[in-house]
Amino acid sequence: MSIAHSFFPYKILVSSSPFLFECWTTHSLQDLRQQAPIAAKVFVQRDYTSGTICQFQTKFPATLETRIDKQQFEDTIRKLNSLYAEAEKLGGRSYLEGCLACLTAYTVFLCMETHYEKVLKKIASYIQDQNDKIYAPRGLLLTDPIERGLRVVEITVFEDRSTGPGR
Amino acid sequence: MDPGMTECQYSQISTVASSLMESQLGKKIPKRKWQTFPGRNKFYCNGRIMMGRQTGVFYLTMVLIVVTSGLFFAFDCPFLASSLTPAIPAIGGFLFLFVMGMLFRASFSDPGVLPRATPDEAAHLESQIGDDDINSRSPPRTQEVVINGQTVKLKYCFTCKIFRPPRVSHCSLCDNCVERFDHHCPWVGNCVGKRNYRFFYLFILSLSFLTIFIFAFVITHIVLRSSQTGFLSALKDSPARYPSKVVVCFFSVWSIVGLSGFHTYLIGSNQTTNEDIKGLWSSKRGKGNYNPYSYSSVITNCCAALCGPLPPSLIDRRGFIQPDTPQTAIQSNGTTAYVASQPQAHMEVTSDSCFHSSLWPPYLFVLPTVVSAKPPTLRLLGQTENGYLDPL
Repeated sequence: MSIAHSFFPYKILVSSSPFLFECWTTHSLQDLRQQAPIAAKVFVQRDYTSGTICQFQTKFPATLETRIDKQQFEDTIRKLNSLYAEAEKLGGRSYLEGCLACLTAYTVFLCMETHYEKVLKKIASYIQDQNDKIYAPRGLLLTDPIERGLRVVEITVFEDRSTGPGR
Repeated sequence: MDPGMTECQYSQISTVASSLMESQLGKKIPKRKWQTFPGRNKFYCNGRIMMGRQTGVFYLTMVLIVVTSGLFFAFDCPFLASSLTPAIPAIGGFLFLFVMGMLFRASFSDPGVLPRATPDEAAHLESQIGDDDINSRSPPRTQEVVINGQTVKLKYCFTCKIFRPPRVSHCSLCDNCVERFDHHCPWVGNCVGKRNYRFFYLFILSLSFLTIFIFAFVITHIVLRSSQTGFLSALKDSPARYPSKVVVCFFSVWSIVGLSGFHTYLIGSNQTTNEDIKGLWSSKRGKGNYNPYSYSSVITNCCAALCGPLPPSLIDRRGFIQPDTPQTAIQSNGTTAYVASQPQAHMEVTSDSCFHSSLWPPYLFVLPTVVSAKPPTLRLLGQTENGYLDPL
């Protein structure tokens, strides 16, 4: 998310083409690190080896070595990858949805969400859950990739007060 | 003309007054993201509709389809319905509505634009590229990735400050990187990319059926009439209509049917027009050259292109801009730089929007209501920019 989280309540913004969905939540990170400066930002890039489907690299960034366990980081990324694969999966369900949409001249999406949008909501809640349980206690913050155009997973590394400024 | 111009002036007065009040009170009306979109696109209906810059040919397309179909329904259908079957105008009507629906959907939706990099991302990439240049001999600003056994080169986009993902191309007309970029279609007034390719394909396919349908039944009409009254008197009954309709349909049939056939081939082989023209995956390039994105069968390729999941828009054009959120690298330099670096793009948006709002009353029956040029006219005033963009 943005630098604004130092000053504003944590806000998750999920939008789909006709609808805007917002939910506000006060994050424990705010209580602990009200004025915490940002030490670094780590960008986990996309992995294109399987084609154009949305997958992120599971390579562990060096900057996070002192902050989080490698296995936990990889688990988070793998879970995100599986969720995105589920969103883009070609199968009976997606074909049925596509055909129904075509027959109704795509007006059916005024009433219901696409499968992709439903999975994006699941991803947003998963990221918040991970932030609350694993990343915030370690002074890290995951940004939902949809806010960066599905290009990167941005991890904001806050300065650790216990070790002092200047890592 | 007058209602449109009045609308523009009214908007100017109201926003000046409100912005002055706001700057005094310290409150702001949050801006929507489409109002500060860096690409050369036009937005209508408060960000719901997104089109390319040159929309004149799109209006021509609409006029051609509506006028030709209108003439068909007005002059041929009564005769055909009475002498053959009323199913003919019914099917024609359905085809016409489907064609217009697909045209609007292809023209008005986001083709799959990739948002530009945030300043932090851009800086991170720049530092990475800098390191690589020192250590390696490979050409700067390219990355190589192996996809399903084929080596694909990813180029760095200097405008969007990202490495372009596979199948993404930068459209120079719209100044955006578009996912699965096919081509920029002036007839549709928009880029054709990942999110609107199926609508574009269904548009040209249904349009070919419609033109063949109209062509066939106009010929049928002439034949039936001439069997009743003689060929020359049949032509005399409607001297001007038949030649124009037949001529338009004849040329349309060949070009549109040809285009539909070409795109059917592209869908079957899972290629874009861009890739096909460059011959990226043709066997002439090398023995081991094949398309890494193609699925195992033609049917899977077709289903994936037409019935696959529709990804959502990545640019969130109707979302509100948060203060202190990372804007694109161009805008992050501050309000002065924003006004200075982007005056041309936004001034043109303004003048075009005003121009269009004055011409739109005749087209209101076809297109949804244009947003009252309220946000774009802000740019003409200059000073109101700062009132809106000052953080806190």
